[in-house]
Amino acid sequence: MSNDTNAVTVGWWLPTWTLWRREMVRFVRQRSRLIGAFGTPLVFWVIMGNGIGRSLKLPGADETLSYLEYSFPGAIASILMFTAIFSTISIIDDRKDGFMQGVLAAPVSRMSIALGKVLGATTLAVGQALVFLCFGTAAGIHLHVVTFLASFGVMVLIAFSLTSLGFLIAWRMESTQGFHAVMNLFLMPMLILSGAFFPPSGAAKAMYYAMMLNPMTYGVTLLRAAIYSGNGIHADGWPAALAVSLGFAVIMFWLLIRTVTRESTQAIQ
Amino acid sequence: MSDVVVVDGLRHQYGDRVALGGISFKVPTGEIFGLLGPNGGGKTTLFRILTTLLAPTGGTAAICDHDVVRERARVRTKLGVVFQSPSLDIHLRARENLRHSGHLYGLSGRDLEDRIEQSLARLRVLDRADDMVKTLSGGLRRRVEIAKCMLHRPALLILDEPSTGLDPGARLDLWRNLQELVQAEGTTILITTHFMDEAERCGRVAILNRGKLVVTGGPPELKSKLGGDCITIETDEAVTLRDAIEARFSCITMVVGDAVRIETPEASSMMSQIMESFGSRIRSMTIGKPTLEDVFMHHTGHRFDGDAS
Repeated sequence: MSNDTNAVTVGWWLPTWTLWRREMVRFVRQRSRLIGAFGTPLVFWVIMGNGIGRSLKLPGADETLSYLEYSFPGAIASILMFTAIFSTISIIDDRKDGFMQGVLAAPVSRMSIALGKVLGATTLAVGQALVFLCFGTAAGIHLHVVTFLASFGVMVLIAFSLTSLGFLIAWRMESTQGFHAVMNLFLMPMLILSGAFFPPSGAAKAMYYAMMLNPMTYGVTLLRAAIYSGNGIHADGWPAALAVSLGFAVIMFWLLIRTVTRESTQAIQ
Repeated sequence: MSDVVVVDGLRHQYGDRVALGGISFKVPTGEIFGLLGPNGGGKTTLFRILTTLLAPTGGTAAICDHDVVRERARVRTKLGVVFQSPSLDIHLRARENLRHSGHLYGLSGRDLEDRIEQSLARLRVLDRADDMVKTLSGGLRRRVEIAKCMLHRPALLILDEPSTGLDPGARLDLWRNLQELVQAEGTTILITTHFMDEAERCGRVAILNRGKLVVTGGPPELKSKLGGDCITIETDEAVTLRDAIEARFSCITMVVGDAVRIETPEASSMMSQIMESFGSRIRSMTIGKPTLEDVFMHHTGHRFDGDAS
């Protein structure tokens, strides 16, 4: 939008707010999304923790940390990712249905559009993750105020990055099928290789490097550090994880704005 | 009155394919201007350029004296856009859709709520304001959508094939609403269509074919320019029959599919002469006042079948 010398777009907050609000209303009215995004990781976690976890011993893991506890931050990361996917997939339909065209033809800055959508999806993801966090007490995680606040902050950061990434992918997709393909090929490995379900230290060399290159790994590390900060369990390297996670969020959102701005001046068919 | 839309030498290419080959036209305030053309003729490209969603590769277009590329943001405040695919969120109520759109145009509070009431009332859908859009019929959705686009009182309402998917009754209703908007609000309307009967309702029509503006004018004017009546002869040997008729009468003839069309001021006398001379080669012969379809065929040399070939 560098060509628009005269600023006649409406302020950024009203469009952002209204797009955010739309996400909330739509979510509440589509019950299946609640079940899909919230139920899946819960089932996942219970199966992983009680089934697989019993027959596995984590290499180098703290003796006091059960697999259920180890994978709990991973389950939260899953919730964040599933919700980010479910929320951003609607962009494909929005563009096809003409809803997004209507938004693009309005005097609204592209940043507002991206921000409204991303914040909406982030809110939903974090909201669900927070409820799930409360289940954590059943797994023996003590929720101090510090634990809670730190976890909240990290969840916002992860959700914001993933939603931006999802938006970025969805924006270029022509069909939801295409999105599913990318999800299976790209987003699922990103989740599995994030240390959510097994630590990098025990993985094969190639896997280890893949995990180290995966920005999600740092998000999960950070999340684990935040959740267990009250339990006296040390998670080394959290400052580095925080730096990588912040960088990831900034880069994703920047790429998103760049894509949305550029494409709106070209043919969208 | 000044012109709301000024298009000058507008060109657009997708790679090597020329979608718009340099077109110019103007739309004065308060007019219903129709862009008539077969699918693939360049209507949608022109629509996307005028609504600031596509930058042209050449020429200029201005809405209310603001360039659609350089002053995109300003142009957007002047436009109400009805897309071919409905832009309403079906999971929201009609009123919520309007409120949402109002926010995008910087409207809020009491002022916005008042405008929503007025706009829905004007389109006669106020009684359905709190219904979910997904429960509304296609015709009602179109009305809600137009109400949505009128919230910020745009100088130009621009619609892309708005009758797509509407039954005849709903189409008639749509046109009544558009005409009321022009009368009551002085709105200028630009509408794209491939329906001849819709083009007939416009104040002026521009015929767009293969990226070129073929002709522009009021429908009665365009039709009367053809002069007299049109004879359509259906035959199995259109080309030889045309040659024979042209050799005998000096008149404008044209082969369209397996028919010969003749424009003539003396249709009835000519018909009997043709019947005498070539009767055995003719399947059927009809006479009629020129329609916009005849105007299209006259200027393009091919039949208007909704799809450009």
